Amino acid sequence: MNETGLYLHFPFCVRKCGYCDFLSFPAEEETRKIYAAALIREIRGNAGVLRDRKVTSIFLGGGTPSVMPVQQLRRIFSVLYECFDIADDCEITMEINPGTLNEKVLSFVFDHITRVSLGVQSFNDEELRGLSRIHTAEEAEESFRLLRESGVRNINLDLMSAIPGQSAESWEQTLVKAVSLRPDHISAYSLIVEENTPFGRMRDEGVLVLPDEETERFMYAETARILAEAGYERYEISNYAKPGFRCRHNIKYWRREDCLGLGLGAASKLGAVRWKNTDSFEHYLKHSADPGMLVCEMEDMTRSAEAEEFMFLGLRMTEGVSAQEFEQTFGSSMRVVYGDVLDRLCGQGLLYMPAEGRYALTDRGIDVSNMVLSEFLLG
Amino acid sequence: MDQSKIRNFCIIAHIDHGKSTLADRILEMTGLLTEREMQDQVLDNMELERERGITIKAQTVRTVYRADDGEEYVFNLIDTPGHVDFNYEVSRSLAACDGAVLVVDSTQGVEAQTLGNVYLALDNDLEVIPVINKIDLPSAQPEETIREIEDVIGLEAENAPLISAKTGLNVHEVLEAIVHRLPAPTGDPEKPLKALIFDSLYDSYRGVIVFMRVFDGSVRKGTKVRMMATGAEFDVTEVGVFGAGKFIPAEELTVGTVGYLEASIKDMKQTRVGDTVTDALNPCEEALPGYKEPLPMVYCGIYPAETPRYPDLRDALEKLQLNDAALQYEPETSQALGFGFRCGFLGLLHLDVVQQRLEREYDLDLITTAPSVIYKIHKTNGEVIDLTNPSNMPDASEIDYMEEPMVKAEIMLTTEYIGPIMKLCQERRGIYEQTDYLETTRAVLKYRMPLNEIIYDFFDALKSRSRGYASFDYEFDGYERSELTRLDILVNHEPVDALSFIVYAPNAYARGSQMCERLKKEIPRQLFDIPIQAAIGSKIIARETVRQVRKDVLAKCYGGDISRKRKLLEKQKEGKKKMREIGNVSVPKEAFLNVLKLDEE
Repeated sequence: MNETGLYLHFPFCVRKCGYCDFLSFPAEEETRKIYAAALIREIRGNAGVLRDRKVTSIFLGGGTPSVMPVQQLRRIFSVLYECFDIADDCEITMEINPGTLNEKVLSFVFDHITRVSLGVQSFNDEELRGLSRIHTAEEAEESFRLLRESGVRNINLDLMSAIPGQSAESWEQTLVKAVSLRPDHISAYSLIVEENTPFGRMRDEGVLVLPDEETERFMYAETARILAEAGYERYEISNYAKPGFRCRHNIKYWRREDCLGLGLGAASKLGAVRWKNTDSFEHYLKHSADPGMLVCEMEDMTRSAEAEEFMFLGLRMTEGVSAQEFEQTFGSSMRVVYGDVLDRLCGQGLLYMPAEGRYALTDRGIDVSNMVLSEFLLG
Repeated sequence: MDQSKIRNFCIIAHIDHGKSTLADRILEMTGLLTEREMQDQVLDNMELERERGITIKAQTVRTVYRADDGEEYVFNLIDTPGHVDFNYEVSRSLAACDGAVLVVDSTQGVEAQTLGNVYLALDNDLEVIPVINKIDLPSAQPEETIREIEDVIGLEAENAPLISAKTGLNVHEVLEAIVHRLPAPTGDPEKPLKALIFDSLYDSYRGVIVFMRVFDGSVRKGTKVRMMATGAEFDVTEVGVFGAGKFIPAEELTVGTVGYLEASIKDMKQTRVGDTVTDALNPCEEALPGYKEPLPMVYCGIYPAETPRYPDLRDALEKLQLNDAALQYEPETSQALGFGFRCGFLGLLHLDVVQQRLEREYDLDLITTAPSVIYKIHKTNGEVIDLTNPSNMPDASEIDYMEEPMVKAEIMLTTEYIGPIMKLCQERRGIYEQTDYLETTRAVLKYRMPLNEIIYDFFDALKSRSRGYASFDYEFDGYERSELTRLDILVNHEPVDALSFIVYAPNAYARGSQMCERLKKEIPRQLFDIPIQAAIGSKIIARETVRQVRKDVLAKCYGGDISRKRKLLEKQKEGKKKMREIGNVSVPKEAFLNVLKLDEE
């Protein structure tokens, strides 16, 4: 039976963070309710799409899914169970912003959620203010404690390095604090300043003070070291987990497994087709009952596009890519397609072979992964 | 056609002094053009010229004027290119005229090029009528301009028409002056044909169209003509005159007229500007004086940015040469850049114009290497070679001594900038000759300078140090022995032939370290450290390092939006494609020319 992931997008937040360029905005409760109703229509409209498929992971992302009225979330879940075949051991992740956790959310988590991803970002209040986060370090810690107490056995902490005002020491303190809470999974991202964000504009004006390159690199190395010492295994460029706690849903993306995205701007992949839902809120509300009307970017992937993805997504995982699997999938050998690139990158110390027939990024390769991965685009 | 009713003349002016605008007004007032035909600037019809505001390819036009005396006069207005690179072409256009209208901008006064062109006109025995333009502008200073023309050029300008070519004010006076003050042609209709080629044009259907001025005799369809310098002979298939942007066929081109000739000529090299056309069966005794082979002064390598487009570049050069006899090229191969051409140009503007035409009209993306002059190498075995490509420089042990081309430079400026400009000329190894004061605030500086010091960016430096108030003209002035050496640039330990250049030896260290610094800025950081070195022979004289990229990670991949990630990787790859791989280093194509530009505020 075909395993599939579900992604549900909630484009709302309490306040936009300075670095955020995701599809998200503050909205009235009424708007959030209307959105929930539209999302339910979209779920029903897609019921047939996943026939004969088992849903083995669900991810509630945003935005901030925890700002949704809990009653609406419950309704959404009852419709999900009604429309899709959801596995008993399905991993169900919800992103939660520490400033939004309350009794109602906790009870919903208790009933439906198996894994929580807590957007902590930093345990330094000054840094949190710099990011325009809505919570303090203490509130983040309190949220974590509440989740644990209410029985959530799989918790991820999202952390962010190379943010304004951060020093190598303060990042280390954040990591040490995070580890002391004993989460099961840690995502440690390095800030990327995007155009069209407040940070992007500040950078263009020259008023955004970021750690210098050497410091940033040092932070990166420190992250791997501290988390490894604490028993977290790096399994992807930015993701670390205790044994048995890797995020099943995210691995689906790296392995190019099928995933249906629901909600405003959500991305899907089923078979060799990728598409995205509209970014327009009005359009979404109007047409969500008819999923075909929501599609705005659709790509029928060619063989070579799939091979490219196999490489540039697979190599994000520390276990790397398997030449055998490549050949089974595409019918031609990885060496025939990428022999030159693989040899060159191995020669430059950016790739190595962790086992016979496997290629993976070295530490240096991870540092410059964009340059390395772009080499796998054909043509 | 009665010769006494013909006026062959040109308009000479500095860039922007209003030559094309005056030409437009004359055409308008002679009534040959309807409003609809009247483009903004009839004479400048190449897109490129319009943008640069200068005339590149001479064009000529015939128009009929009914003068105040009631008679009709035929005006042949011969257009001339306005830049020093095209001096020879200018001189041939002038030789086709009997008179000239000198336009001087009353807000700017006389400038270096004005002077150069007026002297060329006087050398060709032309009668020159000065005209003071732009008197409608508040900053116009007509009296001072008149005084300047009289003092500096030595032309009587008391009665010069004060005009505004833009509004048409007093342009009528110019037309009457052309009739009454410029001489009519005085050729002999009975003598054998003697005509001067002053321009030509290649048309893919008609072949070469020769523009000429008949000095003696006449020519008609069926005449067998001979080009006296090249010896080529052709049967004339059509003659005619120049309408407004059109070729109008005629029975015959009689003595004194200006017109065109067609004879199924396929190769422009057989109809060189300056050559004399005569009757092959009844030739004149001697050719008109002044014919010269066009001599390239500046060479550079031109390569396609994408190697597979080499054949397109070759075809484009071939086509351009049909229309530009001064352009020379031959294939060359660079280790760094692959297949390309070593091209010879009259000067830097010519280079610039050709490069832009290749890019625009033929949609080519080009890499141009350092422009070089022609050095003469005297070898120890007595042989003398012309060096146009630094890569071909023989081993130092085989060289007795080298010579470099010199120019006489005249810089006209306001006196407050004499200090900075003299400093600039000295930095560029100029030898001071004299200063002529035109009036209390304006002067001409005369220097003798090595051509190689002015081919990169001298003009830009001049403009920036004088805030645009200096103008500049130069002419070739022979060769001189000099201490020269080849500077090589190594990227990641590999010499890049396209970046080698010849330099005055005492400046080699400074230029070498400057090149390395420049190149460091041009080459993006890559996956490994890249040493950049400057070397003379096997000796390294400067070094910089492009540090490796520390970090370039896309950490987050949100909600499975893979296409967004793909776009980012594609952008990265696209950026790399625009670069040239040298060894295993990616070098942006602009780097090859940018590294040569010296720092100027």
